[in-house]
Amino acid sequence: MNKELKRVSIVVLLMFLALFGSSTVIQVLTADSLRADGRNSRTLYASYSAERGPILVDGQPIAESVPTDDEFKFQRTYTDGPLFAPATGYFTLNQGNTGIEGSLNDYLSGTSNSQFLDQVNALLTGQNPKGAAVELTLDRDIQQAAWDALGDLQGAVIAINPKTGAILAMVSKPTFDPNTLAGHDTDQVIAAYDQLLADPAGPLFNRTLAGNLNPPGSTFKLVVAAAALDSGQYTADSQFPNPPQLQLPQSDSVIINSGGDDCGGAPTVSISDAIRLSCNIPFAELGQAIGTRAILAQAMKFGFNSSVSVPLESTPSVYPRALDEPQTMLSAFGQSSVRASPLQMAMVSMAIANGGTLMKPNLVESITAPNLTVLQSLEPSVYGQAMSRETAAAITQMMVGSVSNGAASNARIDGVDVAGKTGTAENGEGDPYTLWFTGFAPANDPQVVVAVVVENGAGLGQSSYGNAIAAPIAKKVLEAVLFR
Amino acid sequence: MPESPRSTFTSTIRLRLRVPARLRNLELVLLLFAIAIDVAAIALVQLGALGQLDLGVLALSGLLGLLLIGMHIALRVVAPDADPLIVPIITVLNGLGIAMIYRIGLADEDSGWDNGGLRQMAWTAVAIAIAIGVLLVVRNHRVLQRYRYIAMFSGILLLLLPMLPLVGATRNGARLWVELGPFSFQPGELGKVALAIFFAGYLVSARDSLSMVGRRFLGMQFPRARDLGPILVVFAASMLVLVFQRDLGTALLYFGLFLVMLYVATGRSSWIVLGLSMFIIGAVVASQTLSYVGGRVSTWLDPFNPELYDADGGSYQLVQGLFGLADGGLIGTGLGQGRPDITPLAESDYIISALGEELGMVGLFAILALYLLFISRGFRIGFAGQDDFGRLLGVGLSFVIALQVFVVIGGVTRVIPLTGLTTPFLAAGGSSLVANWIIAALLLRLSDSVRSQPRLVIDPLDAADNRLVVGQ
Repeated sequence: MNKELKRVSIVVLLMFLALFGSSTVIQVLTADSLRADGRNSRTLYASYSAERGPILVDGQPIAESVPTDDEFKFQRTYTDGPLFAPATGYFTLNQGNTGIEGSLNDYLSGTSNSQFLDQVNALLTGQNPKGAAVELTLDRDIQQAAWDALGDLQGAVIAINPKTGAILAMVSKPTFDPNTLAGHDTDQVIAAYDQLLADPAGPLFNRTLAGNLNPPGSTFKLVVAAAALDSGQYTADSQFPNPPQLQLPQSDSVIINSGGDDCGGAPTVSISDAIRLSCNIPFAELGQAIGTRAILAQAMKFGFNSSVSVPLESTPSVYPRALDEPQTMLSAFGQSSVRASPLQMAMVSMAIANGGTLMKPNLVESITAPNLTVLQSLEPSVYGQAMSRETAAAITQMMVGSVSNGAASNARIDGVDVAGKTGTAENGEGDPYTLWFTGFAPANDPQVVVAVVVENGAGLGQSSYGNAIAAPIAKKVLEAVLFR
Repeated sequence: MPESPRSTFTSTIRLRLRVPARLRNLELVLLLFAIAIDVAAIALVQLGALGQLDLGVLALSGLLGLLLIGMHIALRVVAPDADPLIVPIITVLNGLGIAMIYRIGLADEDSGWDNGGLRQMAWTAVAIAIAIGVLLVVRNHRVLQRYRYIAMFSGILLLLLPMLPLVGATRNGARLWVELGPFSFQPGELGKVALAIFFAGYLVSARDSLSMVGRRFLGMQFPRARDLGPILVVFAASMLVLVFQRDLGTALLYFGLFLVMLYVATGRSSWIVLGLSMFIIGAVVASQTLSYVGGRVSTWLDPFNPELYDADGGSYQLVQGLFGLADGGLIGTGLGQGRPDITPLAESDYIISALGEELGMVGLFAILALYLLFISRGFRIGFAGQDDFGRLLGVGLSFVIALQVFVVIGGVTRVIPLTGLTTPFLAAGGSSLVANWIIAALLLRLSDSVRSQPRLVIDPLDAADNRLVVGQ
């Protein structure tokens, strides 16, 4: 009987080991993902009744939790909600969180692993836990300048320091007021949310890095030029035939330069002049010459086809992996199925401005616990080497030419060398254009990179272009940085 | 007056029984500690959930402590050699259960008698009183062997009672309750005690024919067809429970109990093979044909699937329990400071997730360790007992607790599909408490017989004289 009893004891022991194991898995190993599940109302209640940390810009709160008398104890309140909405996102009772409220929820609610000891401390002392404060890299003046410059147009502006990757401005329009979603009356919040969701202009999109991507148009020529110069087979002065129109292979279509321009009128044109005057035909020829794989490789060095976490997750911009010859030629001036976000086109300029080294864009300056210990601070980090220093210098010269004496003339600032590139992208037969600008200043010691996108042809259909609409917006943002 | 030679003899060779008071003194110290834990748990719940102490309720839990001291005194008289750990262990478990049920009642803003915690206290008092009664009435466990067939009939009757019209009641999809006016109880809980007594009695007398005769097949000796009778009866009863009462857990519990006792009594692994394959076939057939069994399996495998989560009778409760456990994490939210009331049935089937939420993994481990210790004290009777009936009964009673703990907590923590069973000593419910306290009383009685076999020891003073050596 004892032999059998021993075996039964072992079975009982195994049964209990299974229970010890399963509770360890649930309570420790997978606890974070269980807590993060959207259906977990405990996390919600806890995140509401803990004093959620503020989101700061220049040390001033743009989102903070104010004590209330209801069961949630605190009300999330946004100062200048619409201005900062793309960055802060919203924090709702049951519709999820976006922006910094969503991606840094662990820190703001005080439940991140690095705040574990604080949680224990709060538990032992019986105090309510507090979340950490998140300081953004945004600069209120630059943000305001970008907001004002964009006016009522549908589009986005992003400004980044190319040397550190710090995002100085992030404006997206139309936008929303996160205060309308932060209420504790679920029905009201859902109604407000549904209304925003139903708006065809998409106010909930953060157009600087997510939402609907646009064809980058001529701003993409910077990528093709970088690929050509970095290959060593071409220089800024490499000449290409300059016909008034170009027949696409395997197709009846012809390419013309923007507005039927003659691109200087000479029989051949250099890469440099093709950038300066933003000509399509030489770039179609250049794209055909270096091929789709070289353009793809260069585009991916700038960050195309992958997401970057700032820590808002960007929607990957697209350079297709398989294009035939006519598509490749169209893609060389940012048409075909190439798509980009303003963040992406800013990253192209960032690499050019920073001697070919692309810094990782970042929106978070520092995360500080309630006891003022710094949990995380922005360490500029390198995203990758997108091109050689020489290539970057050569393209900078082309962009300076474009502003001072070319197609981007409306970004000119007296006394400062501005480097820039405009874009006027076609969206389809009869559809309004998408208007672009990307560039930086000063050209010899870049302080700031700006990318502007204006959707829906700025309300002017196909009769507008990048230099008319996007370049002046960028100019105002550049001035706000340079003359602050 | 001169000492007679006889008195000199007895005074120098004092034969002593093992000092029983040492065990009871140990029990008293542990019991006082356990009562302190229970009262402290109630106080913490009040501070956490109410922000202040409710002295009336605290006093009630103190009264329970007095009743436990009463049980301790009864043990000193009627079972002085009983195991000293059993009462303190179940005191802690029962007390934690009361605290949590009370806490969930507070979260629902139930006061007074509406609060399940107070009803659980009353039931605990009843259960303790019945346990004392069992200890007083059953002075020698061998008597129980004589009543094995009465035990069988009452066991099966209790099992089938909820199926009767009028009195039987269905709750949460399972027909497990009997309702008589305002009172309701789960007779199946008491049934497991009766059946354990029957199995032990029957197997002790039938073990020879069950273990000796039979033919060998595949290297194992299989029983004769006519010896298969009892296992078929129990199997049929389990399946009846499964089909008509829609209660997978109880079916598993009875069948598992029978198999293990059969195996321990006969030493033949063929019984296990036979029984397990029967049960697995039965369970597979049931999961295919009975929708509620199949539903349990699919929610077990994929509880986070939104369709199952939102389905009626789907995985909502299971997932909420998991959320609660995860929220507790390593150290828990602290008593009275979590949100265990979010999980449906947190005071009964899901009390372990409520405790895991507020006491954390640390607390859950402590509870599991207490169960393990309790079960090991029962198995000790099986190892060290003097008579086979007592040994078998000890093993059966403690295994039924082990299996029940595994089935419930394993169901809540997704080790196995969820089945409705109460967590012994913790979950709300009078019948379960009474049954488990009776099991504890029987184990105490059995352990007393293990210890109280006379063992002679020599007084060290006399041993030095080397006059006489008396051994066991």
